[in-house]
Amino acid sequence: MSDPTPLVVQFSAVSKTFGDVKAVNRISFEIRRGEFFSILGPSGCGKTTTLRLLAGFDEPDDDGGEVRLLGEVVNTRRPYERQIGMVFQSYALFPHLSVERNVGFGLEQRKTPRTEIGTRVRKALEMVRLAPDTFTRRMPAQLSGGQRQRVALARALVLNPAILLLDEPLGAVDLKVRKEMQLELKALNQQLGTTFVYVTHDQEEALTMSDRIAVMDNGLVAQLGTPAEIYENPRTAFVAKFIGESNFFGGRVVRRSGGALELALARGECIRVPDSPTIKEGQKVQIAVRPEWMDVCRPADVPAGENGLAGEIRDVIYLGETMHVMVTLKDGNEVTVALRNEGQLIKPLPWKRGDTAAVAWLPEDCQILEEA
Amino acid sequence: MVAGRLPDPGGSLTRPPRERLLGWLHRRPEAQAWGLLGPGVFWLVAFFLIPLLIMFAYSVMPRGEYGGVERGFTLESYQRFFVPIYLTILIRTFVVSIACTAICLVLGYPVAYAIARSGRWKNLLLFLVVLPFWTSFLVRTFAMIFLMRDTGLINTWLLKLGVISQPLTILYTPFSVMAGLVYGFLPFMILPIYASLEKLDNSLLEAAEVLGARPAARFRQVTLPLSLPGVVAGCLLVFIPALGSFLTSDLLGGAKQLMIGNLVQNQFASARNWPFGSAASFILMALVLAAVMIYLRMRDAAPAGR
Repeated sequence: MSDPTPLVVQFSAVSKTFGDVKAVNRISFEIRRGEFFSILGPSGCGKTTTLRLLAGFDEPDDDGGEVRLLGEVVNTRRPYERQIGMVFQSYALFPHLSVERNVGFGLEQRKTPRTEIGTRVRKALEMVRLAPDTFTRRMPAQLSGGQRQRVALARALVLNPAILLLDEPLGAVDLKVRKEMQLELKALNQQLGTTFVYVTHDQEEALTMSDRIAVMDNGLVAQLGTPAEIYENPRTAFVAKFIGESNFFGGRVVRRSGGALELALARGECIRVPDSPTIKEGQKVQIAVRPEWMDVCRPADVPAGENGLAGEIRDVIYLGETMHVMVTLKDGNEVTVALRNEGQLIKPLPWKRGDTAAVAWLPEDCQILEEA
Repeated sequence: MVAGRLPDPGGSLTRPPRERLLGWLHRRPEAQAWGLLGPGVFWLVAFFLIPLLIMFAYSVMPRGEYGGVERGFTLESYQRFFVPIYLTILIRTFVVSIACTAICLVLGYPVAYAIARSGRWKNLLLFLVVLPFWTSFLVRTFAMIFLMRDTGLINTWLLKLGVISQPLTILYTPFSVMAGLVYGFLPFMILPIYASLEKLDNSLLEAAEVLGARPAARFRQVTLPLSLPGVVAGCLLVFIPALGSFLTSDLLGGAKQLMIGNLVQNQFASARNWPFGSAASFILMALVLAAVMIYLRMRDAAPAGR
């Protein structure tokens, strides 16, 4: 009993192959009780297969590792034997059943007494903020997208599952409802103590709601960590590109000095990056820098101790909250710098297309990337 | 521009007639609808509604001596129908048609279900279902005679294999009629059920499963109710033509398995009693209409939304 929060989901070297495509390739991760865990990635990355392995719609390959739920190996257990809840992207409400019968469907399967079904259905509808008196008798076709999603959520939650799987549940609702539901889902997760496993391709959504995120790419877990770890310390170029925006630089380590590595870029300019024990002198490395951690200045004004690379302003883009300054460096590399918009009418940025300028940033804001 | 003449804003006078017609149609959706409906409506009126009215007129006119009808009005043909011999035929027709529909449903549903889940074999299997339509129904019915008669394929093989020592009487029995009817109508049951199963959203089945429904419960509570429209359509497509069928009972049933279709056919052909044939048709039609309405009423009242 050393770990106070038991593991509810354990994937150990799980593989799933369709034909000759490895949809999921020896992935391992664990999810703790009560966590809001997101699986994030572009389409085709294996996130849906991972969820389907969890739900039991697909089984791992014969030599494809172990899926454990609440400590038990469930590789070949059918979905109806797993006691999990699931919310589908398409809602998957039964069109021939009323809201009440939809929400009560799982309880009916469990031979729950009729009166108890009634009370629990009402409670579940209240939990997702649908007035039972208004909605129990309605058919799914009479509901809006957001209401259907709430019914689908109530239908899964009414069974008090240990784990709730959500497959891009907010993909089809409009922006306003989506924002609202994001906060409600997060609140439900905390209030009920249910483990949420949330599959999405929307990085902002994952960052907003999750305790931890598994970023998937090409059937592998590219990185697993808290939103801050994923955003601020992306381990691979894929993660740095998929979550937020990044500027990339590639170079060779020329020397170690004063707790930093000196990197020679293609055209011979040198930049400094934080030291990392695994990197040897002479090694080629790629680094990423977030646009908002960089600044634009005149080439002569690069602050001491900062990296500076000269180039030409290609464009200044007005985005409201921020201004994006695009700079073409001398080696042709395009760099985007995000600056806070302090009011272009009062205090406009002094840059326009064609100006000579430099981008500058602190060595510690460089993230050294692993080879993917 | 000639002075005093109004400008022509849409250029409607200068545009070619084809464009003017299209523009006119575009502004009048009801004209569009009539344009689309027109040919079909004309066809139905000319070749269905009018003949039907003629038939109805015949059914209330006295019989002509050598076929045809004579002037006058009489309900004699309708009264004549309600005697035991014709009522027996009527009841037999309904019993046979209901049984045929039931057998088609029992045989057809699993086939439709299998095709709907057969993945890449789907098109091939559907092709096989409609393949019999490439040959005339008459030819196929004769083929069944060759199969089922005393010296037919079935008896020959059973005799050769020593299963039987005397040929079985298969042809000209209620069984042979039923076999022929079911064979002929089975595709009309399979296709609509297939259509409704095919568009069944797979995530509904998965949702049922994850909510704890075992395969049998899932079929009963999700698949079956959602395929009911196909079942209803299939049953109507089998039941109604079965009621009016005469070829199968004529060729495979001999004279013993007369159905109302045979009666009507005989009255127009050999018996030359057109009014009675017409009256029998209208009685059948009225009963079909009543049966279908009761059926649809029952279906709508069935628990769909509770």
